[in-house]
Amino acid sequence: MKLAAKDLLRLATVGSVDDGKSTLIGRLLVDTRQLFDDQLSAVVAASEKRGVGDLDLSFVTDGLRAEREQGITIDVAYRYASTPTRKFIIADCPGHLQYTRNMATGASTADLALVVLNVAHGVKEQTRRHLCIAALLGVRTIIAAVNKMDEVNWSEAAYLSVVDELRTLSHELGFESVTPIPVSALLGENVVERSSHLDWYDGPSVLQALEACEAGSWTHSGTGARLPVQWVLRQNGGGRTYAGMLNGATLHVGDEVTLLPANVTTTVTSLTSGSGPRRAATAGLAIDVGLADETDAGRGDLLATAPLPQVTKEFVATVCWFGDQPLRSTQRLRLKHTTKVTPVRLREISGVVDIETLSVNPGGELTTNDIGLVTLQTADWLVVDDYRDNRVTGSFVLIDEVTNATVAAGMIGRAAFL
Amino acid sequence: MTDHLDLLESHAIFILREVVAECERPVLLFSGGKDSAVLLHLAAKAFAPQALPFAVMHIDTGQNFPEVIEFRDHAVERHGARLLVASVQDSIDQGKVADPGPLGPRNRLQTVTLLDAITEHGFDAAFGGARRDEDKARAKERILSFRDAFGQWDPRQQRPELWQLYQGRVNPGEHLRAFPLSDWTELDIWQYIEREQMELPQIYFAHERDVVLREGMYLAVGPFVEPRAHETVERLMVRFRTVGDANLTGAVLSRASTLSAIVDEISLANVSERGATRGDDKFSETAMEDRKREGYF
Repeated sequence: MKLAAKDLLRLATVGSVDDGKSTLIGRLLVDTRQLFDDQLSAVVAASEKRGVGDLDLSFVTDGLRAEREQGITIDVAYRYASTPTRKFIIADCPGHLQYTRNMATGASTADLALVVLNVAHGVKEQTRRHLCIAALLGVRTIIAAVNKMDEVNWSEAAYLSVVDELRTLSHELGFESVTPIPVSALLGENVVERSSHLDWYDGPSVLQALEACEAGSWTHSGTGARLPVQWVLRQNGGGRTYAGMLNGATLHVGDEVTLLPANVTTTVTSLTSGSGPRRAATAGLAIDVGLADETDAGRGDLLATAPLPQVTKEFVATVCWFGDQPLRSTQRLRLKHTTKVTPVRLREISGVVDIETLSVNPGGELTTNDIGLVTLQTADWLVVDDYRDNRVTGSFVLIDEVTNATVAAGMIGRAAFL
Repeated sequence: MTDHLDLLESHAIFILREVVAECERPVLLFSGGKDSAVLLHLAAKAFAPQALPFAVMHIDTGQNFPEVIEFRDHAVERHGARLLVASVQDSIDQGKVADPGPLGPRNRLQTVTLLDAITEHGFDAAFGGARRDEDKARAKERILSFRDAFGQWDPRQQRPELWQLYQGRVNPGEHLRAFPLSDWTELDIWQYIEREQMELPQIYFAHERDVVLREGMYLAVGPFVEPRAHETVERLMVRFRTVGDANLTGAVLSRASTLSAIVDEISLANVSERGATRGDDKFSETAMEDRKREGYF
């Protein structure tokens, strides 16, 4: 049997606590037979041990002791599913406010967000926050599982009211595609199998919607080719090649590239990936590149094709603050952007996002889990694109110099909805 | 076309290079099993044509399958790598861990040997071949996973890990575990081994072997597994889906003697690799989490 080539779809679950994210993923994995028999038996045994019925599907992904004891998700669980033509990487994210940093971790590389809502409660504050973060992180497609339909007697009116609320919010946040689906994750209705209780619904099941989505969109971008130099390889017989993960546009042998920030232009003479030399490389491939002219490129530099990125030491960014203490201008921070690490200073907090209204309140303080607009100044030159154009060259993290903790996720520029 | 194996390979190579660039003294943990064989293969690609910029370390329980040790030495030599062996027997002899006896389980004891070796050599990062699909605690772990000065993992305080911005800063005495194969499944591993036509220890391929059925697992009769009074020795066609200690790793009945036959077998399997073959995971519901908290692989 020859297995067909598969593409790779990354998705993250988002939504408020107790709306059923983990149960939905558990159901999806069980009903698509992605769980092995022994894993399913272990979930049954754990459910019985804790007196939560025959099969608590949330135990499929809530694998930590504390999660099972408290019945909540603390950190992202990564699970995998496969169809003949597609591999799915599923990040099941926590819903609690205090674990927003973990949700952002799961959503940062997602091609799409699977938002789970309780039909009886609609869009909660935490649902808004998660959708807002997903939108900031550049997710453009959402599938909305309107869950617990069994608890409202499969009411179309209840479903439509949540869908209305969701569509209004999605429009404000600028999602390009929204697919709402009425489901009962608990009973497995409309997750994989179509529901017999929902005569009025003729759209796809969750699985059908997932199979129809475009894969790999998180690495798609509107920029030229970008190769942050990770490592310089010395070739046998002299010469050097420059290794890194390619993103943005396709790069070809013969392309003119500019080394930044030095601003030296040369030509690509060779491209090599894990499977050997090639004529062209696409986003997401680790490659090494040979250049026509001697350069002193090193880690932290960037090779780019036109249109070229910006070279800057001061810029506006949208940040999600994860630090336990509020962000201070006196705090000693480092910034990691692509393969470059540099000292950084906060110049100004120009505003803090009000999640309720999606407006930006001027000035103020950034406390844990706040989203704000800031101006940062770096010690070294950075080569950046606006995050909306490129999720790799537009993103950075802030690192506390003292504790080494990752205290913020940053996106260069200002999101359209802010 | 770029397929899922190309993307998984690229991501792993990217992680290998990133950790080497950010850390002072990384090491690659190598057991001779299929996952660490893939990891070593990817490491060689990541830095070719240069030599591997780190040593390879085997935490040796002394309860190995001889075919695996043979493969280990062969693979290390072929890649021109420097092999370090940290021995659980030494930890026992030094009185750092209790002696479980010649046939007793040594799996958990490896943690002490591993942490001591990391301290002794001053490693600040250790690559491992663990995959998130193996176990529910591993499914929760970051690709770069922080260990405190006692080697402990705190699953409630993991660093945010956004995009592919892997952040490897640690203070002296602390270290990282790095898992470039996090997003690979068992099937991905086998498809990749088949695509790359990699060599593996012979015990992964179907062969005849004397086994006894113990607690639902076929254990290979040998120096570390002696048949007990009520047990019958059977000669069966088996292969190993995972490679751990000889006294804890079960064989599966199989006729798959080629890489392509193994890929077919795995794509139809209905029991997980650890469920089918690993005694060390059966101690409790959170056996892996508990071991990982202490500093296990």
